[in-house]
Amino acid sequence: MSEGYGWRFRIVLAGAWVVLLFLLVPIFVSAPISLTPDRFLTLPKDGVSLRNYENLFTNPDWTSSIWQSLVIAVVSTVIATSLGTLCAVGLWRIASRWSELVRGFVLLPIIIPSIVSALAFYRIFVDLGLLDSYPGVIMAHAVLAVPYVVITVSTSLANFDLRLEQAARNLGADMRQTLRMVILPCIAPGVLAGAVFAFISSWDEIVVTLFISKLNIFTLPRRMWSGIRDQADPTIAACATTLIFLTILVIGSQMWLRARRLRAQSQAEGAA
Amino acid sequence: MSSSTGTIALEGLDPRGKQPSRINPYWVLVLPLVLFLLVLYLYPIGQVLWISFSDPDVGLQNYERLVTNRGILKMLGNTFRICFITTGISLVLGYLIAYAMAHVTDRHRIWILMFVLVPFWVSVLARAFSWVVLLHDNGIINRALLDWGVISEPIHLVRNELGVLIGMVHYMIPYAVLPLYANLRGIDPRLVSAARGLGAGPFESFWRVYLPLSLPGIAGAGLLVFILTLGFFVTPSILGGGKTLMIAEYVSVQILQTVRWGVGSMLAMVLLVLVFLVFAVMSRIVDLRTMFGAK
Repeated sequence: MSEGYGWRFRIVLAGAWVVLLFLLVPIFVSAPISLTPDRFLTLPKDGVSLRNYENLFTNPDWTSSIWQSLVIAVVSTVIATSLGTLCAVGLWRIASRWSELVRGFVLLPIIIPSIVSALAFYRIFVDLGLLDSYPGVIMAHAVLAVPYVVITVSTSLANFDLRLEQAARNLGADMRQTLRMVILPCIAPGVLAGAVFAFISSWDEIVVTLFISKLNIFTLPRRMWSGIRDQADPTIAACATTLIFLTILVIGSQMWLRARRLRAQSQAEGAA
Repeated sequence: MSSSTGTIALEGLDPRGKQPSRINPYWVLVLPLVLFLLVLYLYPIGQVLWISFSDPDVGLQNYERLVTNRGILKMLGNTFRICFITTGISLVLGYLIAYAMAHVTDRHRIWILMFVLVPFWVSVLARAFSWVVLLHDNGIINRALLDWGVISEPIHLVRNELGVLIGMVHYMIPYAVLPLYANLRGIDPRLVSAARGLGAGPFESFWRVYLPLSLPGIAGAGLLVFILTLGFFVTPSILGGGKTLMIAEYVSVQILQTVRWGVGSMLAMVLLVLVFLVFAVMSRIVDLRTMFGAK
């Protein structure tokens, strides 16, 4: 694999791989621990056991947290994706000084540190009576996820030919028809990617959730958070390992798809 | 900037009202999100700002603490020190990876990218948990060292600044790699070849040609990492174990435990201003719109 590399570069490369292995430490740690048969955090010595995974998926505390996180992530993803996509299309079509200003404004939730957002949501939800409620957490997560949607949709709009939209308008389509029949189908991959990012951001969100939830809302990150603080339960290791492997699966399949698309593209170009 | 649609007047922005203002119909698509964010985000942030000036009494007394309260000063000092060290280490290690990535074969690069992206997306809690398990007094490292007789007492690797640094560097490396790599890819390799051809050694041509060319990338990545570390909450608070307080956790203690909204929101606003300042500096060095993929 490294036939053409000089010896100096090989040393650099070796250093880079050491750092990359450091990045993988969490996987090396949590996976073996999740298989321990003991009731506390140890490496398995005499045999492995799946009891932590069983606990993760059958213990009502953990399963209810998984469900809560899923419901919250799905609903907030739907809200963030629809608002964010519409906004990105509008901004793309307007393209003026004002729209640049608005673009900066809608990116604020990822620029502003989450602790500041947490205080803001806490404040307003006290007034609205939404503390520790599904609508509160869902709306907060939607706000935090919106910038990811706007960014990914804007990126895919950048590759979209404005003239297609104009042609549709000239042929008599109104804005709603143009949007539904011309623009959205063309940028669907970008919207989907935005939705995936929105989902992950909600699924993994902890700081804001810590502030605006109490007893009712106990998302998976919140359960992990309190578990790590009390640190005794190896179920967290099972949970962490599951999350890590889901991530590998998603990233791996994404990269595989992209590589396949690129290959198909270059083949098509080669044929033409 | 298209000039055909450049004469947009938002409602209320044209007070003279002489001409019927031409509003681009596509604002209808933008408006829902803007309203959503105004009500649920900007307005409450404004409230927090107001609290920082008005709780318990109207005035600047909360901000006065920034220069008079020793606890707060010490905490801010900790925060900046940890952020600087984290940024420095992440940049060096990230540069190593980005440099390797820019100079390997395509196949090899995909593997490296994969190894960078997976930790990038892995839950921050899962990572913090793994570090606790590894570094704790009864953790894997200490257990192993005790068993092998290398040490007779556990060394404290976590619940202190060292633990915070390890966890934060681990979290920030991918954030350093990605902008650095984008920058290094743009450097023309012929410039280095030219330096070599003119008699510079490999080290010299890197030091005097390649590295200076990558300075914008280093600055961009460094500022990005620095901003993220400033407001970082989860990793410092789990790996610091309450002993190494950084600003975000300090704010949360003020609000959730001691219920001093004035001090808490003052510090939150200080953090906000700091972040915006760094962004302002950053926008002079790198095109933020490219960084956010908006262009």
